[in-house]
Amino acid sequence: MKEPHLSDLMRVPVNGPGSSFSDLLRSHAPEALPRVNESGNLQVPEGTTVLAIRYDEGVIVAGDRRATEGFQIAHRSIEKVFAADDHSAVAIAGAAGPAVEMVRLFQTELEHYEKVEGERLTLEGKANKLSQMIRANLPAAMQGLVVVPVFAGYDLAQERGRIFKYDVTGGRYEEDDYHATGSGGKDARGSLKKRFRENLSRGDAVRYAIEALFDAADEDVGTGGPDLMRGLFPNVVAISTSGTTEVPEGEIRSIFEDLIADRSEPAHETHNVDVRRPGEEG
Amino acid sequence: MPVPYYVSPEQLMKDKADYARKGIGRGKSVVVMEYTDGILFLAENTSATLHKISEIYDRIAFAGVGKFNEYEQLRIGGIRLSDLKGYSYSRHDVTAKALANAYSQTLGNIFTSEVKPYECEILVAAVGGDTGQNEIFYILYDGSVTDRERWVAMGGQAEAIEAHLKENYPANYPSEMPDLPGALDLAMAALRSAGERDLTADSVEAAVLDRTRGRRKFRRVTEEELRAPS
Repeated sequence: MKEPHLSDLMRVPVNGPGSSFSDLLRSHAPEALPRVNESGNLQVPEGTTVLAIRYDEGVIVAGDRRATEGFQIAHRSIEKVFAADDHSAVAIAGAAGPAVEMVRLFQTELEHYEKVEGERLTLEGKANKLSQMIRANLPAAMQGLVVVPVFAGYDLAQERGRIFKYDVTGGRYEEDDYHATGSGGKDARGSLKKRFRENLSRGDAVRYAIEALFDAADEDVGTGGPDLMRGLFPNVVAISTSGTTEVPEGEIRSIFEDLIADRSEPAHETHNVDVRRPGEEG
Repeated sequence: MPVPYYVSPEQLMKDKADYARKGIGRGKSVVVMEYTDGILFLAENTSATLHKISEIYDRIAFAGVGKFNEYEQLRIGGIRLSDLKGYSYSRHDVTAKALANAYSQTLGNIFTSEVKPYECEILVAAVGGDTGQNEIFYILYDGSVTDRERWVAMGGQAEAIEAHLKENYPANYPSEMPDLPGALDLAMAALRSAGERDLTADSVEAAVLDRTRGRRKFRRVTEEELRAPS
């Protein structure tokens, strides 16, 4: 990066970057903007299942820890849930590289706006900003580098948790109660659909989020389950009026242990496929 | 062809400096003070929205006195420079020293080459892991920088405030330092001593760089905290 001079950055012209950090990058350091120039399909690590579910005091955002590259596991301990600021979080699914870069830019964008303007963007404003960033990623998405995040946060004006989902073109849709996306998204949504009701307590919402990830991992090869051997568990973040807090690993571990105890059953007799097995000859 | 009047460089610089100082002298004051957990900023400011004190980056804050639009330009430039640098490299690569240097160069250039110098003085401070690692840079209208400790008084009544602080700030710094309520009291008393006797909690703006906080050390001090008797 050719470092811009302070005097160039001080001017505040009407058509200048204003309080937008992306516009600032575009005008002063375009090479630092995320983009793809190569053509053709690239195989890159992909994040798998992430979800959000509303509860009485806000919203829970969670994601498994696996990234895949084709049928390979690319990472076992990747983080896909990020605090965007004090009252919102982004969970990413899709091409991990561009997605993480998008989150980093989004975080900088929100903080930059807050510092320049002296006040925070509304939750709606943040959701729309993310939408523009996904739209800007469309050329990369056409080459297979699809990024589809879930954005959730606590709306300080409306005093409730809100969830936004996106499509590749930056289309932004608000979900009322819960959403899940990524390779195991459909399974996780099915699980959440059966469990969700109004005014869930925080404890229940965290439990249902974990159960949904567990169900997704059970059905989808791309989604990682709890890794007891390595002590790896999903990232779960709770957002309420008091801020964005990570749910402690101990709590997640004990929910998993309960869940595993609940669902364990004795091994079945191998299902008979009407072919003789060893020892059944004659 | 009319012959331009000759003005000696000494005279020219002196005139510019007088002009800048006069502008700054008319403005309100800011006190910056080191306390046990970080650095306190206290500004005489009746506006709740037009700030004299601002966050620049994780550990770095800014204070300006003088002409609002001029130090506001410097403030925004500083935020842009820091965010660009932190995004392009790493958050740890954004330093108060580099920022102070950029401000110094820019103000120096404006002072010598523009017709009108900036009528403002600014301060860039970064809180460190302990008091010894705190950095406070005071930058004048002509770009000259000084590296300070304990406290800095800037703006219209700087001299009177300085006199008060010289007498009342703990002499055996850094082993003895005020805590936050103590520093607030001391800074308020210093501003009051400079003529604003009826200074109240709602006519000042206060913020701290508090090293006990998470990534972003900057926090605005609430009116309740300012009112609380210590």
